[in-house]
Amino acid sequence: MITAIVDYNSGNLRSAEKSFQRMASEVGGGDIIVTDDPDQVRRADRVVLPGVGAFADCRSELGAINGLFGAIEDKVKAGNPFLGICVGMQMMATWGREHGNHTGFDWIKGEVVALTPNDPALKIPHMGWNSLNQTPDHPVFDGISAGDHMYFVHSYHLVPENPEDIVATVDYGGDIIAAVGRDNIIGTQFHPEKSQATGLRLIGNFLKWAP
Amino acid sequence: MLKTRIIPCLDVKDGRVVKGVNFVDLIDAGDPVESAKAYDAAGADELCFLDIAATVENRGTMFDVARRTAEQCFMPLTIGGGVRSPDDVRNLLLAGADKVSFNSAAVANPDVVAQSANRFGSQCIVVAIDAKTVSPGKWEIFTHGGRKGTGIDAVEFAKDMAAKGAGEILLTSMDRDGTRAGFNLPLTRAISDAVNIPVIASGGVGTLDHLVDGVTQGGASAVLAASIFHFGDFTIQEAKQHMQAAGIPVRL
Repeated sequence: MITAIVDYNSGNLRSAEKSFQRMASEVGGGDIIVTDDPDQVRRADRVVLPGVGAFADCRSELGAINGLFGAIEDKVKAGNPFLGICVGMQMMATWGREHGNHTGFDWIKGEVVALTPNDPALKIPHMGWNSLNQTPDHPVFDGISAGDHMYFVHSYHLVPENPEDIVATVDYGGDIIAAVGRDNIIGTQFHPEKSQATGLRLIGNFLKWAP
Repeated sequence: MLKTRIIPCLDVKDGRVVKGVNFVDLIDAGDPVESAKAYDAAGADELCFLDIAATVENRGTMFDVARRTAEQCFMPLTIGGGVRSPDDVRNLLLAGADKVSFNSAAVANPDVVAQSANRFGSQCIVVAIDAKTVSPGKWEIFTHGGRKGTGIDAVEFAKDMAAKGAGEILLTSMDRDGTRAGFNLPLTRAISDAVNIPVIASGGVGTLDHLVDGVTQGGASAVLAASIFHFGDFTIQEAKQHMQAAGIPVRL
């Protein structure tokens, strides 16, 4: 079993790698590789798209590495489990509206727009530990309860067209999407790799997930 | 609901924690990674390492600290000290930092903040502002560890940094740092009201009430402290319980 963490010159790759390695050894989740090689992505059983940064930059980096975007698309079409984190989750949308208009994978109909909390006193980025509003009935959230905290840091958020794609929300001057998903894909706006025991549990769940 | 963060800060020199950390059961009190593990286990919300004698020759030791911390701590880590360029940011992020803090370089060349925010996103760019009171209600930026005045107004500078794409401000009162007399609340409030990005209050914490004041009176999104945690005066949990009792939402 191989999980490929996609390296597209974005983000805190090492944190992601270490957290997945730690949980892979705990749950028997197989090998973790970090790669920008489309062939390695194609050979993997699971794909993780991490991300720290701006949608536009991340999208152009994904497109700049020859064949990488397509390799990820093919894995998802083939039914392999996919986890997007932060910008990696936002990349699952139809549109990103940060620094211009950019197309995402279009797996989750919707767009990524600037956060506009209904309370003007709330700061942007939405940064820190926020508690999940509801407990989703999803294997990747097994053992994670409403009220559990995850670490968020973002200024843009994904607004899905179809409510059934929403897996979890948090409150930040109104509901914000904390996780989206369907079939074999799941994405979290928060950083499980930075969310201590609760986040590690989610990573372990993903490594065992058989959608 | 978003919780107010409590952030222990460790001063690091040549890869070792200075001032020392008095934790029970700490294998090596001078090793930043051992301290990071202890704070991770104690439920700190984030961790901050400041390389206080950052030189080009010593960069490697900080990368090593970041790498080893990332292997063992799954919590947000900010690293600052001697950060000059977008490439410094990238190297620290790759080593294991989640956020990188600019200080003197942001004053000397404010555009480095814009360049870094454009490349890596605002969420990982922190600007550390060291401010001193020059007259009532007036604060000036000091650089080089607080030794060098700049004539720059702290509130205006904070606004400029937010406009350039900084994602967070780490605000230290040079008047209060190390005094245990409490945060400079008028300064914290002035900066917090002036910008729409989170402000971390720093400098002067001596009691748990000081942490509360930083949030309720200073308007800070997070509170940073060093000595009261390192020397075991209070635990992170005691601090959180005290803040919760004062009506501040925290992650317990």
